[in-house]
Amino acid sequence: MGNRIIETDNLTVSYGSIAAVKVISFHVEQGEIVALIGANGAGKTSTLRALSGMTTYGGRVSFMGRDLRGVAAHKIVGMGMAHVPEGRGIFGNLTVLENLKLATWQRRDKKEVAADYDRIFNIFPRLKERRQQSAGTLSGGEQQMLAVGRALMSKGTMLLLDEPSMGLSPLLAQEIFSMLAELNRAGTTILLVEQNANMALRLADRCYVLETGIIVLEGTGKELIGNPQVKEAYLGT
Amino acid sequence: MKARLWPIILIAAGFILSFAIPYFGLLDLYVQMILIYICINIILALSLNLINGYMGEFSVGHAGFMSAGAYISAIITVKCLSSASAAWLFPFAVIAGGVGAALLGLIVAIPSFRTRGDYLAIVTLAFNMIIKSVLENIDAVGGARGFLGMDKLTTLPVAFFWTLITIWVIRNFIYSNYGRGVLSIREDEIASDLMSVNTKQVKLLAFVISSFFAGVAGGLFAHLLQFINPRMFDIIKSTDILIMVYLGGIGSIAGSILGATVYTLLLEILRPLEIWRMVIMPLILIFLMLFRPRGIMGLKELTWFVPVLDRINSNRGVKGIRKWFS
Ligand SMILES: Nc1ncnc2c1ncn2[C@@H]1O[C@H](COP(=O)(O)OP(=O)(O)O)[C@@H](O)[C@H]1O
Ligand SMILES: [Mg+2]
Repeated sequence: MGNRIIETDNLTVSYGSIAAVKVISFHVEQGEIVALIGANGAGKTSTLRALSGMTTYGGRVSFMGRDLRGVAAHKIVGMGMAHVPEGRGIFGNLTVLENLKLATWQRRDKKEVAADYDRIFNIFPRLKERRQQSAGTLSGGEQQMLAVGRALMSKGTMLLLDEPSMGLSPLLAQEIFSMLAELNRAGTTILLVEQNANMALRLADRCYVLETGIIVLEGTGKELIGNPQVKEAYLGT
Repeated sequence: MKARLWPIILIAAGFILSFAIPYFGLLDLYVQMILIYICINIILALSLNLINGYMGEFSVGHAGFMSAGAYISAIITVKCLSSASAAWLFPFAVIAGGVGAALLGLIVAIPSFRTRGDYLAIVTLAFNMIIKSVLENIDAVGGARGFLGMDKLTTLPVAFFWTLITIWVIRNFIYSNYGRGVLSIREDEIASDLMSVNTKQVKLLAFVISSFFAGVAGGLFAHLLQFINPRMFDIIKSTDILIMVYLGGIGSIAGSILGATVYTLLLEILRPLEIWRMVIMPLILIFLMLFRPRGIMGLKELTWFVPVLDRINSNRGVKGIRKWFS
């Protein structure tokens, strides 16, 4: 058993009387890619929002052994958990460089920040070409790259990604996914939320299936691809 | 080099003129008074632009902060200081007014943690109304009749000096790490939090700086008119400031300077028309907005107000990574 980076214990998220996430427990180990798949409205986004302190929740969330209750969202980012939100959250009127710079808002390690720009421009050469451009004028794929780049700039060692393939052509989505695989090989732990189960299952080491706020299945990516239930509900075959 | 030199020459020339004009009586008193008004209005517009233009909130009660600064500084110079010492200590009275307004800014910033847009507008509107009725009911400062006895301490050099300070502080703030945080709140507040920006701290700071300068403008205003009453700081006054900001263009220092100047001049030029002014002025505004819907400057900035390092393609405050600017 590896080192558990994220662990949730009976996590619940409610909006008023609506329970979006009903008592789920899961974990992510160091160096893993874990996918959380489920249909629209299953509670995937709510789960991520709870992890990164963007919403109140019941139960317990711990990150690198530390209980996150009461820790402000911007502090959680500082601890190394970077959340790429649904819809990417790009600052459209700011340039690519400004977007990246914002993610270093709390960082005081100037030398490492400079090295991180090099690293990110290496991974995403297209961002380097477009660094002076307003982020709003980037294509969807480039915006997703920027969103991931920004998360890395915040010194994220644990990446939460909310539907990174949304709005992208299958080809572009594939490109983003291979970049994620690359990042993972370089040491970044990833928790991936997807409706696009096919690609997510291929990429992930382990996977949880969420249905109306409850984990109904879990297993390795391979196991779940072969699972008839998953095939029928999520892979459309 | 040239680009760095010109603003310094202009500032120096401005200072010399601001002393020379009253000293040698180069312009008549009425024109001097309008110049001082323009300075005060620039301070007001710039300070509101920080909240409405750069941070993207909608604060509509700016005159409330102004009144705090006006009353606090006036009480200090009239009641706490002798006439002779007031002349020397006037800058401190103005600062005290600014600090008082900034404390109120702190209070208004707190609701901005939870609401924004129209709802925050209502909060600031209510704040403006509350502070006006509070002032109307304090007999010690004259209640609804107002407060007088101030010497005319706001001279042209004083007004010019405070305008420069305001421009300098707001420019440096906007192009700092915090300033980038302010812009990110305008763009997408949730993403801003997720990018490790401490949005509460940024909002608090922006409101404090903004209301401080509104208070400073109030102090200058009180010692120009030598008479203040609560009605001067009502919603109409707040609306005037809003108009200057949106007329000049949001998110632009040059815009606020232009907006304040044009609006102040228009008000004066149209003064002989008396009641017709209130017909013509709104019409001018409507036409301006039709042809330049984003204000005169429209989010653009004059290069002079952009720090040298940030000039290349307006990379606000991205320092220390110069090699990426080819
Ligand atoms: N801010 C909110 N207020 C009320 N209900 C919400 C809110 N956000 C999400 N929900 C509800 O919670 C449920 C789960 O939503 P979400 O976590 O966004 O699911 P997913 O990301 O899997 O599509 C849905 O029924 C949705 O309508
Ligand atoms: Mg979602």
